[in-house]
Amino acid sequence: MNIGVIIPLIIFLIGIFAIGLISSKRMSTPGTSFLSDYFLGGRELGGFVLAMTMVATYGSASSFLGGPGTAYTVGFGWILLAMAQVVTGYFVLLILGKKFAILARRYNAVTMIDFLKVRYNSSAVAILSAIAIIIFLFSAMTAQWVGGGRLIESLTGLQYTTALFIFAISVLVYVVIGGFRAVAVTDAVQGGIMVIGTLVLLIGVIIAGGGVPAIMQDLLNENPRLVTPFGADGSLSAAYVSSFWILVGVGVVALPQMAVRAMSYKNSRSMHRALVIGTIVTGFIMLNMHLIGIFARPVMPGIEIGDKVIPLVALEVLPAWLAGIVLAAPMAAIMSTVDSLLLLVSSAIVKDVYINFIRPDAEERRIKIVSFGVTAILGVIVFLLALKPPELLIFLNLFSFGGLEAAFIWPVVLGLYWKYGNKYGAIASMITGMLSYIGLHFYNQAFGNLFGVHTVTFPILLSLVAYVVFSLTVKREVYRF
Amino acid sequence: MNTETSKTDPRFKIAHREAWIGVGLAIFNFIWWFGFAYGLGSRPVEAYTYIFGLPDWFFYSCVVGFLLMSALVIVIAKYVLTEVSFDEEVEE
Repeated sequence: MNIGVIIPLIIFLIGIFAIGLISSKRMSTPGTSFLSDYFLGGRELGGFVLAMTMVATYGSASSFLGGPGTAYTVGFGWILLAMAQVVTGYFVLLILGKKFAILARRYNAVTMIDFLKVRYNSSAVAILSAIAIIIFLFSAMTAQWVGGGRLIESLTGLQYTTALFIFAISVLVYVVIGGFRAVAVTDAVQGGIMVIGTLVLLIGVIIAGGGVPAIMQDLLNENPRLVTPFGADGSLSAAYVSSFWILVGVGVVALPQMAVRAMSYKNSRSMHRALVIGTIVTGFIMLNMHLIGIFARPVMPGIEIGDKVIPLVALEVLPAWLAGIVLAAPMAAIMSTVDSLLLLVSSAIVKDVYINFIRPDAEERRIKIVSFGVTAILGVIVFLLALKPPELLIFLNLFSFGGLEAAFIWPVVLGLYWKYGNKYGAIASMITGMLSYIGLHFYNQAFGNLFGVHTVTFPILLSLVAYVVFSLTVKREVYRF
Repeated sequence: MNTETSKTDPRFKIAHREAWIGVGLAIFNFIWWFGFAYGLGSRPVEAYTYIFGLPDWFFYSCVVGFLLMSALVIVIAKYVLTEVSFDEEVEE
């Protein structure tokens, strides 16, 4: 137990709770729709908050714990791979951009599923989407909770189960009370902490390692491949690393947690501002966080569990109180991802399943109770899943990204821009994408990556073919936007 | 691209153009990133030079690449993107 580290963390948690509470007060002002408020913050996010909530949601446990941990093991090749994510900062907002915002308002859509349902005028699309979101986001959430538990475990020395429990309670309390606005506003605070924490830790590591050239020399002495793009064991091929552009770069456009943010901005000014801030902050965090991972290698050799690299190195190179503040950054990243996912899955259940199919006439009060209840129950289930954590959480996390991207990318993007896109294409594309992704995942695990690229690549191509073929052959019809 | 064009919401024209800008930026970004990483990084390790202590391929591909993209995005957001209203207009 390290009191000096824990106190700043506790203060951070209390601060986050306070923000959640204030946001929930603001939510209860009369005259606003509970649904659009709870799940979307009433569509009035400004540029800074919008950018930060995107970065914080996307910059998850894998960018703060798993990613740097892998960079520690693999070397510069992994940072190269991680930098594919700079594209998300501008790509998501430019592609979904104005058309998505306009249509979401016109359709009165609160979730990505709402949008798809109206665009394709199909309940089947809505049900399939809800299934995809519930399956894949569950695995993403679990990965995040494992990260949160691990982090508290390595900080406090508590048992993993206890650590996870503390984490779960903190997240649940403030999501349940605050809703989307609480999530977005705390994301902004957390995003700020992430940037500052990254910078402080990077400087600390460089000083501890005796300067960048010295660190580089140590790495060269240990294994020259650490400084090549090909990874410590030479296994990172150009094709494999490049295929991550689809997974963590352009494909992110189809993640429901990103799409929902692209319908929440106030006006085009805030979108433009978010574009700039998002790009800079994403790139800054990705570059520096992964550099910390690899610089930590000569400073602290022999760390076995990748996820623990960042917490351990922070405790090593920084004074305790500062380490506490800095470690609030990954904590922030994890919490802000978890809360968004939690809200998203519960919106899929409440909004897209319950209200659409079970009780279309449910009144506000009832929806409120159901929303809180579903969110809380989901939290408990994820907690139980996270009790037995897998070795490296990044792969679990990426599994869910790929599945969602394969399912949604064409129904969303072509649904926005291609007038011949229709529900037959969307359904075929989602089924093809999900099934081929899951199938290929197991194939790749058994026999190594097909053609040496990441699993997500082929399902995305296949689902494109399915979308176009089924849209044009079953019923060729122009959609009027 | 026929008679319907006249009825299309003018804001969508802007939106489509900006989506293409996003695609263009991403392609440029990829080429820069890939070109420097594997162009310079494929040499034997002994041949690497170091800039600010970082391997040259990494410096150009990831550090300069990131700064360049940030600059481009700033310029585009400031001078190229158009402001439109997201709310429904009463026209038609």
